[in-house]
Amino acid sequence: MKKTFSRHSGVAAPLLIDNIDTDQIIPSREMKTVSKEGLGEGLFAGWRYTEVGGREPNQEFVLNQNSKIDSTILIAGSNFGCGSSREHAVWALSEYGIRVILAVSFGEIFHANCLRNGILAVSLSQDNIDALANASNEGEITVDLVEQTVSAASIKDWKCDFEIGAYPKKMLMEGLCPIEMTLTNEKAIDAFLQVDKETRPWVYTV
Amino acid sequence: MQGKTLLDKLWDYHRVADAGDGYDLLAIDRLLLHERTGGVALKSLAERGLPVKAPDRVFALMDHIVSFREGRGRDEARSPGGEVFITQTREMAQKEQIHLIDTDSPMQGIVHVVAPEKGIALPGLSMVCPDSHTCSLGALGALAWGVGSSEAEHVMATGAIRVKKPDQMQIVVNGELQHGVSAKDLALHLIAKHGASGGKRCAIEFSGTTIDALSVEERLTLCNLAVEFAAFTAIIAPDKKTLDFVRDSEFGPQKNNIEKAESMWLSLCSDDHAQFDEIIEIDASQIKPQISWGTSPEETIGVDDVIPDTASLKSLTYMGLQVGEKIQGKNIGGAFIGSCTNGRLSDLISASEILRGQKVAAGVKAVCVPGSKTVKHEAEKLGLDQIFKQAGFEWGEPGCAMCFYAGGETFPPEARVVSSTNRNFEGRQGPGVRTHLAAPSVVAASAIAGAICSPSELKNFKCEQ
Repeated sequence: MKKTFSRHSGVAAPLLIDNIDTDQIIPSREMKTVSKEGLGEGLFAGWRYTEVGGREPNQEFVLNQNSKIDSTILIAGSNFGCGSSREHAVWALSEYGIRVILAVSFGEIFHANCLRNGILAVSLSQDNIDALANASNEGEITVDLVEQTVSAASIKDWKCDFEIGAYPKKMLMEGLCPIEMTLTNEKAIDAFLQVDKETRPWVYTV
Repeated sequence: MQGKTLLDKLWDYHRVADAGDGYDLLAIDRLLLHERTGGVALKSLAERGLPVKAPDRVFALMDHIVSFREGRGRDEARSPGGEVFITQTREMAQKEQIHLIDTDSPMQGIVHVVAPEKGIALPGLSMVCPDSHTCSLGALGALAWGVGSSEAEHVMATGAIRVKKPDQMQIVVNGELQHGVSAKDLALHLIAKHGASGGKRCAIEFSGTTIDALSVEERLTLCNLAVEFAAFTAIIAPDKKTLDFVRDSEFGPQKNNIEKAESMWLSLCSDDHAQFDEIIEIDASQIKPQISWGTSPEETIGVDDVIPDTASLKSLTYMGLQVGEKIQGKNIGGAFIGSCTNGRLSDLISASEILRGQKVAAGVKAVCVPGSKTVKHEAEKLGLDQIFKQAGFEWGEPGCAMCFYAGGETFPPEARVVSSTNRNFEGRQGPGVRTHLAAPSVVAASAIAGAICSPSELKNFKCEQ
């Protein structure tokens, strides 16, 4: 992983709908290349453009509003990123420039995909989400991974805490490669295989 | 002493190291890939100079965007420009010497249909696949879950995955399902009752007399929908039915190991005093045929119910429905039977029992795509293809087909479609398409009625017409 993360301030776009699935984040028809790149344009295509396959902006969609075009933070409801495991959803968000997603809860696979691609996905209470969504129209939102806090320029002397495990935090802050981390355990993996080949030979005779 | 759950046992068996911060490093027995992301993952790994650690335990299948047109070509995709996903996955699979079940293989089909059918999925295995419906395979007593593409690369390179052990939920289902009520109805009922987030990222173990009575194919349908319930995965303890199901499969244990394997598999169950974090109990005898009305699987009601007054305006608008109106009798423009949820032989048989000697209503585009070539072949041996075709259904080549739109052929905008699939999200089956999720029998009855209709109401419905 290349990107590292410590503290981020930026424009935040509220998308306060529950159960926004990865088909909405990037429709399958927009996944045109055998690559992790070239997907940003397809982000939220069904909502962002006036026509299917077209590129004329739908002015009603939040990311097309003048003040929100440069958003780097999304604010969402519960179960954000549910549905298909397509990592293209995260690649599209990343290419658009999104660095942080604040939501009540996340789809499990999507949440892991965010971590793998340097996007900080933070769960907050509905009250804090509502407060931040309101505040996002008046100024930038700041997410501090080191302190584990979210604050808003427009709400004086207010911030809320968030939870994150030590491992994901370290991964995001240092931009670690999980494959390299796991390969440090290669001996343990190979020891398992050696024993398992005796215990469950059928697993290996394929 | 506190007992262990089935998940505990599988987790502990595969755990090779503590990865810190509550994460474990689990050995992965099987990695499944498909052409939508397989080529990207294989290429990305090769570009980093990382070899595939155990190529003989990685399988690539072609299902997501292969054409479902009868007589399709080897590289023919259903999405414009999609051929390259097929050719690149094939090329990379051959280069890395992983198993390839190609478009022209007699074993080809949807990964979650083929894997159980061919013994690629087995009880006790740990398996991941970059597809969210991998939870289906838990029906065999495997620890199987969907991952992203980068996680798949990680498993290829290391043979293991870093993962946090999920909380555990037991869903106890007792009672006899009413005639005409299926595993699909049970799953939709569960999601409707407890919400699309109701699974709380737990690993769910399904148990109870209803589950014992389900066929393995029905269990695959039930576990398939766990991800729509926001579960980490689902699992069912293997029993004699499971053993019969996987015996003599292509990639299952060979004769000299079968006894040892089967005795080990039968020991895979939760201990009597095992503790779960959450428990849900369901009385199966109260469940009616279900259908989704909205754009989340939780927006589901009985086929004979009315749209609830709690319905969200956004969903109502997209679906062209109003609070308080009956769902049954709403005219439809499309019907689809297939997918990893309901594309198995028993699903096709249940639909064919309703379609036999009947005709699809005028103005309804009806399509059936068997979940695999094996299912298709078995169905054709039983003459089901003739029943479907004579009724006016198209009979397609195996793949995910119309479960999700990927560009290419689909239903027209605002078409109301009854579908045996798993997701009714906005645009899932095509821009503006209004998907109603239901069991194959409800799809078949609705196709004949030309309107949403439960099998039991089909007779009355036709009299009214």
